[in-house]
Amino acid sequence: MTPSPLTFDQPHPFLGKLIIVEGIDGSGKSTQLLLLKKWLEAKGLNVVFTEWNSSALVRETTRRGKKSKALTPTTFSLLHATDFASRLYHNILPPLKAGLIVLADRYVYTAFARDAVRGVSPRWVRKVYNFAIRPDMAFYFNVPIEVAISRLLGGTRAQMKYYEAGMDLGLSQDITESFRIFQSRILAEYDKIVSEYGLITMDATKDIEEQQNEMRGVVSTALADYRPKRGTHGKRTLFWRRFDVPKSE
Amino acid sequence: MESGRYFGDGLTYLNPSDLKGKLIAIEGTDGVGRSTHIEMLQEWLEVQGYGVVTTGWTRSNLMSRTIEVAKQGNILDRWSFSLLYATDFADRLEHQIIPALRSGFVVLADRYIYTAFARDFVRSGDRNWIRDVFGFAIVPDLVCYLRIDVDTLALRVIETSGMNYWESGMDLKLGADLYDSFKKYQASLIEEFDKMAEEFHFEVVDARKPPDEIQEALRTTIQPILKNGRQQLAQMPKQADRTAGQPTTDAPTSFSSTA
Repeated sequence: MTPSPLTFDQPHPFLGKLIIVEGIDGSGKSTQLLLLKKWLEAKGLNVVFTEWNSSALVRETTRRGKKSKALTPTTFSLLHATDFASRLYHNILPPLKAGLIVLADRYVYTAFARDAVRGVSPRWVRKVYNFAIRPDMAFYFNVPIEVAISRLLGGTRAQMKYYEAGMDLGLSQDITESFRIFQSRILAEYDKIVSEYGLITMDATKDIEEQQNEMRGVVSTALADYRPKRGTHGKRTLFWRRFDVPKSE
Repeated sequence: MESGRYFGDGLTYLNPSDLKGKLIAIEGTDGVGRSTHIEMLQEWLEVQGYGVVTTGWTRSNLMSRTIEVAKQGNILDRWSFSLLYATDFADRLEHQIIPALRSGFVVLADRYIYTAFARDFVRSGDRNWIRDVFGFAIVPDLVCYLRIDVDTLALRVIETSGMNYWESGMDLKLGADLYDSFKKYQASLIEEFDKMAEEFHFEVVDARKPPDEIQEALRTTIQPILKNGRQQLAQMPKQADRTAGQPTTDAPTSFSSTA
């Protein structure tokens, strides 16, 4: 392996584009990213999607650690960093080099915010993630805590999860109250991160389609100079077939 | 360890100043005989009445299985490789090492952060990132470095356990077969260990000598460390103390290295 000159401080040199979304649970960021994906694909672009904490390498370990509640703030942080490293290497870097568009649901900023709230040194987390690739566009879906809670309780995910509610911090016995305190602190961290890294802030209280239109407008402008190498072939699944396959009647 | 300190950016939620025990790391490359000597050291220390806890690389509850699986699958990139070990280390640090030190145990660590430094460096050529990652590690009271040359090592490993994929650094594609790769990989690890020995003031022990001489050298190096913190160490009750026999006071205190 050759020394990698890539660091988080500078833009990446690859042909592809990396677009990421951030925000607390219930901010609607995943919905917005899904809609963006539909739109890009409809335009004939090749899009790759990846989400936080999903690599095969450590998913099982994280699940076990969470279940037995044996994770400390530091092992929690490092496990997620390992997951991220593995996805960066296998799922993000190759498509970016090949000139595709990569969409990431949560990125390193999630770690910066959550781990700082858990009590890990903010400077240390940033150093750990220094191998990350700087995204071309980073959207932050800003939502007041009460809106997020009502969306989570009334919506698709009726149950809050132990670590997502910060129950490991012993903030409150009541999971909703714990979620409120924990996620409020995360919101405060995000505020700092937005100015530190220049994330594009979206008003996540607006209607879904209104946010999506705004998002598409920003992405359009940013992709003006983007020339997919062979992206238009992606949706033509029969492109390579030279001979007709006889169909049975 | 009168006042523990962190290697870099430490654990903000854990104050390391009340660690009464001693942290002794035994470093050295693969197959150099670390675990054998740690077993003998533990015996020696316990006979003297010291409480001893041993901890070893990849032995955490959280990560040992994951690392096994990852190695089998051969799916590791440089960052995941190092971060898996860092997670394992953090788990052991917070669940084993720090609690033991707080209770006054002597902790014998089979490998420490320097192993991770060497391995990451030969894979990346970069020293900074991995040292930043391990900033939360407690600086040991003593690092004993079992030093060996690569020719002696190659013979010894072939005679005992045999060469394996990871100890030969086969992921780096350095040589055509296990033997060539092993020599190149281990030579670069040893070179990096040697550099760190100066930078971090390791106590160097010549691992080419017969086992009993190595053990003797290790004990001579460790002895003075124990005496200094003797009052605070976990010991057997006072009465049993006298019969068990304490470290003798006439041990050479100025002795620092055997190589």
